[in-house]
Amino acid sequence: MSDHNEQHHIVPKSVYFAVFITLIAMTWVTAWVSTVDLGRLNIFVALSIAIFKASLVILFFMHVKYGTKLTKFTVLAGLYWLVLLLFIAMCDLWTRGWMGVPGR
Amino acid sequence: MITASPPVKETKNYLNHERGIKSWLLTGDHKRIAILYLISVTLFFALGGVFASLIRLELSTPAGDLLESNQYNKVFTMHGILMVFFFLIPSIPATLGNFLIPMMIGAKDLAFPKINLLSWYIYVVGGIFTLYVLLTGGVDTGWTFYTPFSTSYSNGYVIAAGLGIFINGFSSILTGLNFIVTIHRMRAPGLTWFRLPLFVWAHYATSAIMILGTPVVAVTLFLVVLERGFHIGFFDPAYGGDPVLFQHLFWFYSHPAVYIMILPSMGVISEVISTFSSKKPFGYTFIAFSSVAIAVFGFLVWGHHLFVAGQSIYAGLVFSILSYVVAIPSAIKVFNWAATMYKGKVRLETPMLYALGFIGLFTVGGLTGIFLSSLGMDVHLTDTYFVVAHFHYVMVGGALLGYLCGIHFWWPKIFGRMYSQVWSKVSAVLVFVGFNLTFFPQFLLGYMGMPRRYHVYPPEFQVFNVLSSAGASVLALGLILPAIYLTWSLKHGEIASENPWGATGLEWQTASPPIMENFEVTPVVTTEAYDYSTQQEVVHVG
Ligand SMILES: [Cu+2]
Repeated sequence: MSDHNEQHHIVPKSVYFAVFITLIAMTWVTAWVSTVDLGRLNIFVALSIAIFKASLVILFFMHVKYGTKLTKFTVLAGLYWLVLLLFIAMCDLWTRGWMGVPGR
Repeated sequence: MITASPPVKETKNYLNHERGIKSWLLTGDHKRIAILYLISVTLFFALGGVFASLIRLELSTPAGDLLESNQYNKVFTMHGILMVFFFLIPSIPATLGNFLIPMMIGAKDLAFPKINLLSWYIYVVGGIFTLYVLLTGGVDTGWTFYTPFSTSYSNGYVIAAGLGIFINGFSSILTGLNFIVTIHRMRAPGLTWFRLPLFVWAHYATSAIMILGTPVVAVTLFLVVLERGFHIGFFDPAYGGDPVLFQHLFWFYSHPAVYIMILPSMGVISEVISTFSSKKPFGYTFIAFSSVAIAVFGFLVWGHHLFVAGQSIYAGLVFSILSYVVAIPSAIKVFNWAATMYKGKVRLETPMLYALGFIGLFTVGGLTGIFLSSLGMDVHLTDTYFVVAHFHYVMVGGALLGYLCGIHFWWPKIFGRMYSQVWSKVSAVLVFVGFNLTFFPQFLLGYMGMPRRYHVYPPEFQVFNVLSSAGASVLALGLILPAIYLTWSLKHGEIASENPWGATGLEWQTASPPIMENFEVTPVVTTEAYDYSTQQEVVHVG
């Protein structure tokens, strides 16, 4: 496997600058979009931008893009657990009203 | 086997390699850090025990004569916080795990020695925060910090206590990280995954829980701090929050946290049962994978703490079924341990007595968990002494007995001395009897309807409460004894040989206590774990 080479992958500075500029730009977009009322879409747009920015940081600044398979697996496990937490907790919220009895 | 001890010339080992307090406080050696942890968790355990004694003293009469209700709230809260976060969670991983994992895999140290030391300092800082809370007036929320009481109504020092546990969480995360990297990268040549001792498998699974779960509880307590300090709404409906959300977030970690406590114990028990039966553990792969299964499925059952908290009944149903399912991997272990002993040459040395005690108590704790995860039964039992008895059977009967078992098993390796065989057996029996006398009556009390966390109760509950308090005294005696004879053994115990129990792990193939580098030469592994055929005849100790 080429594990060893990948670990010492050297990223050109230009990539870091490009990522940095994108992050700053997206911060502006976040601020701007918050002034536009999109109704129910507000939360989706805000979260999409946030997730996009987080992915950039994880992939480039944290070098996961150039990491080993094990590193990627570890990151994915963390994300998967986050989804478990959010999804299962939301299942409670979504089904609370089904019985039509408050508090059940 | 014990060499009749003419005062041998002291050989070089990790204990006398360097001397002076500085050499301990700045050490990177996993064995020394394990000792630092051993001392600190023992102190916190003793302190937690003092609070337990206060609880049992108060409850020996129906009236609230020793403590006021407010003080009582603070006492059981401190008991819970100290025992859970500062004793049970770090106990086995940070002491025995730290000491043994590198030795079991034939390595010189953990992957990140400095991070290892850092994790101990973080633990100490978190502990100091919590002691500060104790000295300045305490906290009265219970160790669970339920909202909205903790964020809006409690008069205690919730913020400081929450921060103490937040800080302490990082110690746990760093330990888990260190173990995972070490187990992946630093195994001796020939030591494949399926040749690893089961203790290592158990710690691998534990570490995964520590890394995936601990950040959640740390953040959750931080949110409590934010809501209480700055009125940012997360949990209090008054600020637009949802109090049940707190319980979801809290138990997402705190149910798996029970497995952080019990999995390492199970690892200890697997080693001990195999050694004292001189038999390869029955179903090695099943035991190994059941650890991983517990780590994964343990994350899917947290809602069984919320059955009466206003959680959706449909979510409750699923959580209830999943909670039944998670009992299966634990049951696999218990059956496999029993099968390991079957037709083995069972020797009832002290560690084995503790291991047998563990199996009995953990089984009771696990099965009463099934009672509690049944939706209907739980409505009757929620917040009664039945719950208290259940989780003490798991945490004390399971985790604490596993810890004592491991300490007695590896003591000769860690300090190179044997302890009194007679006194240690007496203590093992006292702990088992005292424990049952303390907590079995609590099942009955809970079933009869006595709620937890009250300092007064109707007189008809007194008989069982007195039994319980009497049991607690026996248990305390059983726990004070080891503190005495183990300390005594440090100077006066007989010198232990390399492998006094006739065990098979790599850690038994080097000096007791080990040299600084653990092994003279890096061991090469050519056989499966637990190969007793290569073992010379074991000489009986004592
Ligand atoms: Cu639970």
